[in-house]
Amino acid sequence: MDLPFLWETFLSLIAAVPLTLQLAASAIVLGVFLALGLALSRLSGILPLDWFARAYIFVFRGTPLLVQIFLIYYGLGQFRDVRQSMLWVVLRDPYWCAVIALMLNTAAYSAEIIRGGLLSVPFGQIEAARACGMSHFMAFRRIALPLAIRQALPGYSNEMISMVKATSLASIITIMEVTGVAAKLISETYRAIEVFVVAGAIYLAINFILTRLVALAEYQLSPHLRQPAALPSTSTGATR
Amino acid sequence: MTRSTNPPAPAAITVRGLRKSFGPIEVLKGIDMEACEGEVVSILGSSGSGKSTMLRCINMLETPDAGEITVAGETIRMKPTGSGKSRIADRRQVERIRSELGMVFQSFNLWSHKTVLENIMEAPLHVQKRSRAECLEEAEALLAKVGIAEKRNHYPAHLSGGQQQRAAIARALAMRPKVMLFDEPTSALDPELVGEVLRVMRALAEEGRTMLVVTHEMGFARDVSSRVIFLHQGAIEEEGRPQDMFTNAKSERFRKFISG
Repeated sequence: MDLPFLWETFLSLIAAVPLTLQLAASAIVLGVFLALGLALSRLSGILPLDWFARAYIFVFRGTPLLVQIFLIYYGLGQFRDVRQSMLWVVLRDPYWCAVIALMLNTAAYSAEIIRGGLLSVPFGQIEAARACGMSHFMAFRRIALPLAIRQALPGYSNEMISMVKATSLASIITIMEVTGVAAKLISETYRAIEVFVVAGAIYLAINFILTRLVALAEYQLSPHLRQPAALPSTSTGATR
Repeated sequence: MTRSTNPPAPAAITVRGLRKSFGPIEVLKGIDMEACEGEVVSILGSSGSGKSTMLRCINMLETPDAGEITVAGETIRMKPTGSGKSRIADRRQVERIRSELGMVFQSFNLWSHKTVLENIMEAPLHVQKRSRAECLEEAEALLAKVGIAEKRNHYPAHLSGGQQQRAAIARALAMRPKVMLFDEPTSALDPELVGEVLRVMRALAEEGRTMLVVTHEMGFARDVSSRVIFLHQGAIEEEGRPQDMFTNAKSERFRKFISG
């Protein structure tokens, strides 16, 4: 085994990790807001909103992400109106095209995960919030959403992992993230196995850290699901 | 035990001509009732008689099709819908009135992601926007009152049903409600846990709290309430003082109902 080559490859690829993380994080953060909007549209009971969200989710889950990236990067540029609009500042940049495609794609999946979380919230707890005089919005923000997040987190961690891996597709539109750099190294050295093994290990490491973080968040958010032995029974010394 | 009603007490809750249907089923067929300040009114009836629906209409968890609800002199404003029913005219008003009514549910409905203490402080802090120190102090006092002070940092899932219901009563009391509404508060409890909840409710009645209690607990209705209302198929069949109702009811159905 050529250890110096592996080390050199590792150093080249690790330099591309920030870009991979940036793509994944932007897509996930922007996507989750869009997803929340879509999930609420589906649950709104307002038919046009519901149908729009259904159609959106159907299209973005039903077509390959790679096709979506191509359509946004190559497809939109074909329209003169797009090229002459303000949007062109963003859409001519492959980085933003990748972020937009990843974001639109993850939103479709995440919307269904969030919707599932919201549906799992016991109706009685919402009713109790309303009975206390909370507005719809406050009951959503303080009761429904926190409970839904706890339910949705395990499913949502799958989606975040998928997004980290999906950033590799951005290499197709010239973005030099981890896979992009790996492909370039292979074309220079023809040593596909070593390079891709290192690239794979880097993705594995990123996702290992990601799953640990999600597990930590899950633990922090779910004291009510653990045994009470883990709880301080009287933390402040108030009189009985 | 039984308190006599003093007629001059002002009305805390007034219900006039209350009607409600679910689809083709008419659940409430025009209810008129009143609860004066300091009264404990037990609402009895077999299942399906509309007693829970009536209680839920008072704080608009169900929207009445017709009728008028007045809480502490303030009538809830309704407006007609196209289909001849009515809906809430002013959401803010309803939210404010709800915060003046303490609701206790059959299935407790404590917020499962919050500790007992957080459950109790939630509405005073965020709906009524009172100071944290004041809410905390009051919450501690309420916990002691319902006898679960040592459970303050536990989550609802870690409490017995009786403890959960007592926490739910403390949560409702924390808003300093003008009237307490109880919707079958002991029906979801194991028989040996019913007593601890009824003791708390009895103590509240003795304090002179205004209470509307939908219940199947005949002992409570007979011994604690100042008035009993018996509903049958969405209408008030008979109402009166418990000592009269339980010994000398006019309604054949009520006599059958209490004899089991």
